[in-house]
Amino acid sequence: MKTLFKLFAAAFAAVAMSTSIASADVKFGVAAEPYPPFAEKGADGNWKGWEIEIANAICAAMNEKCEWVEVAWDGIIPALLAKKFDVIISSMSITEERMKTIDFTDKYYDTPAVMVAPKNSAVDGTPDSVKNKIVGVQVSTTHANYAEKHLQSSVAKIKTYQTFDEHNQDLVAGRIDAVIGDSLAMQPFLDSDAGKCCEVKGKLVDTAVFGPGVGGGMRKEDDDLQQKFNAAIKKIREEGTYDAISKKYFTFDIYGAGN
Amino acid sequence: MQWYWLPEYAPKFAEGLWLTLQLLGLSLFFGMCLAIPIGLVQVTGPRPLAWAARAFCTMIRGTPLLIQLWLVYYGLGSLFPSVPGIRESFLWPILREAFPYAIFVFTLSVAGYEGEVMRGAFRGVPKGELEAARAFGMHPFTVLRRIWLPRALQNVFPTLAGEMVLTLKSTPLAATITIFEVYGISTIVRQETYRIYEPLLFVAGIYICLTGVIVLLFRWAENRIPRVRAG
Amino acid sequence: MSAILASIQWDLLSLTPPGWGGNLLRGLAKTFQIALGAYVLGLTIGLAGALGKIYGGPVLRWGLEIYTTLIRAVPELVLILLLYYAGTDLLNQALEGLGYERVDISGLAAGIYVLGLVQGAYATEVLRGAILAVPAGQVEAAAAFGMSWVQRHSRIVIPAMIPFALPGLANLWLIVTKDTALLAVVGFSELALETRQAAGATKSYFMFYVIAAMLYLLLTLVSNVVFRWIEHRYRRGQPELN
Repeated sequence: MKTLFKLFAAAFAAVAMSTSIASADVKFGVAAEPYPPFAEKGADGNWKGWEIEIANAICAAMNEKCEWVEVAWDGIIPALLAKKFDVIISSMSITEERMKTIDFTDKYYDTPAVMVAPKNSAVDGTPDSVKNKIVGVQVSTTHANYAEKHLQSSVAKIKTYQTFDEHNQDLVAGRIDAVIGDSLAMQPFLDSDAGKCCEVKGKLVDTAVFGPGVGGGMRKEDDDLQQKFNAAIKKIREEGTYDAISKKYFTFDIYGAGN
Repeated sequence: MQWYWLPEYAPKFAEGLWLTLQLLGLSLFFGMCLAIPIGLVQVTGPRPLAWAARAFCTMIRGTPLLIQLWLVYYGLGSLFPSVPGIRESFLWPILREAFPYAIFVFTLSVAGYEGEVMRGAFRGVPKGELEAARAFGMHPFTVLRRIWLPRALQNVFPTLAGEMVLTLKSTPLAATITIFEVYGISTIVRQETYRIYEPLLFVAGIYICLTGVIVLLFRWAENRIPRVRAG
Repeated sequence: MSAILASIQWDLLSLTPPGWGGNLLRGLAKTFQIALGAYVLGLTIGLAGALGKIYGGPVLRWGLEIYTTLIRAVPELVLILLLYYAGTDLLNQALEGLGYERVDISGLAAGIYVLGLVQGAYATEVLRGAILAVPAGQVEAAAAFGMSWVQRHSRIVIPAMIPFALPGLANLWLIVTKDTALLAVVGFSELALETRQAAGATKSYFMFYVIAAMLYLLLTLVSNVVFRWIEHRYRRGQPELN
């Protein structure tokens, strides 16, 4: 009995000690799934990628210490509102709908959305070409909104997946006929062994759905953090840090139009 | 608390509810059908089959349902490209859809857990009854059909309600392989309206009602089944 | 079959980067930590709940009945989401209201607390049944000796109920180790999430999920051995459980 008691007490203490008083660090929230080249977890357990490096650079420009918190993508906005972290840095597009609940920093990149399908498929991105086909999208993304808005009436089905990889995987397996995703995120997939079945079929344009670009999501009340963040974005663009990091991953400027 | 989204999403929830019921019913039916031979073979033998059934139950009960789902859907799916001609085969319509995979995995899960229960139930039928049936000259299969199986099922009946509730509670996991049953619909509402608690509470309420219905149904059915009390 | 074996890239499993084996083992360690913490928390809540259900007044009993019924009727996934958002939110609001600083609940602690609350409901039922199974004669004899309520329970009832509770408790441990996988859907880093990330990054879905299943199975089998040993010790002189 005594040993049991001691075990109990030890386990309790261990649990209690893992709680700590909140520190003043800025916490970045990222979706817990690989999304190369923007963010992916390496085999050593650390996050790496263009977005991770840019955010760390912005953090340095703000003179803050930053920490990364992983959350499931479909719960990332509720987690932000529940104060699990302070800024969402997870390739989240700035849209009207999302702005009803959260604020965004200025955009830090902008890339178009594309439809990807097997090489021999007649799909080209228009609603007619996907008539009676199955299109895959990731849950809670602007790509999913686009599919709902434009393709709902012609497709046989829109299948929603929890992560980006899973819909690519099903495309390769042949369970779905096309996917909609970000052009740059698709590139590593199409370059890989698994992705050689498929290619980009068409660019999708709808500024109402896709918004002006990707920004950091923040709570509405965190105005000064927002200003600091925006100032830091400007700073790293002016200093050239943004371009230096981007050159490591891309051959062109992904900031998009409208400096 | 805001509930303005309810009328708009009600038809989706109805569809989701139907999917949940389908998942529940089909996997329980096929699972129980599978559980009976699995339980039986562990009591009668032959040894290799009994060992295989035991291993099956241990594997199913030792791994999380979520991993089983992902392994079967995404894992097998990743092997498809290496199997030539699979898209032309007659199985393709089934292999394409996510629903058969969910039924398959849930069925195996029910079979694994209930196999253990059925084993105990078959062992628990008094040997005297079986011997009496054999003394009457009944063929072993007839004994099984008339005496052993019905008595075992009678013993097991009360636990079936619990098993049904457990299976109901595992249906939300199907949402991770693109099957949008009631919980999946609530995640859609959560993403589109950004309400955190209301959809979850609504769905929790639905599950509580379903559980209540199941329990009441079983209680009613139990009163209808004749039970022979000893003495 | 050989084509499948050949297509498996075994070097992806190596323990150091670029192999993902190290990540998976770390995930397994996290899984074990969360499960252990939740189990202990659940047992504590369960003991309090069981005693409350047996000795408490009608209001306490009614409240506990609602707690156990709700938790056992609602799917764990929904509960985990509700408790994760609502629970941590309420805790921090309470702390702010009292004038304290917000606490930073680490993923580990949140997972433990959420699963612990769920386990508590099941443990209440198991422990309640076990306490009620202790022969009344022993409790009465203890009372006749003049032992106080606390002495009666700590010396007689609780040690005596352990053999009855063991099968249920062993089952609860297996349940909690598997429920940790659900935390992957919320985004906590444990074995299921690590597997999903590894599979997504390497596209070797089949291999990684099979490995994950085997790791969970290993945990289960080791747990079974441990529990059999515990049963052996605590059920000396009593018939073996199958």
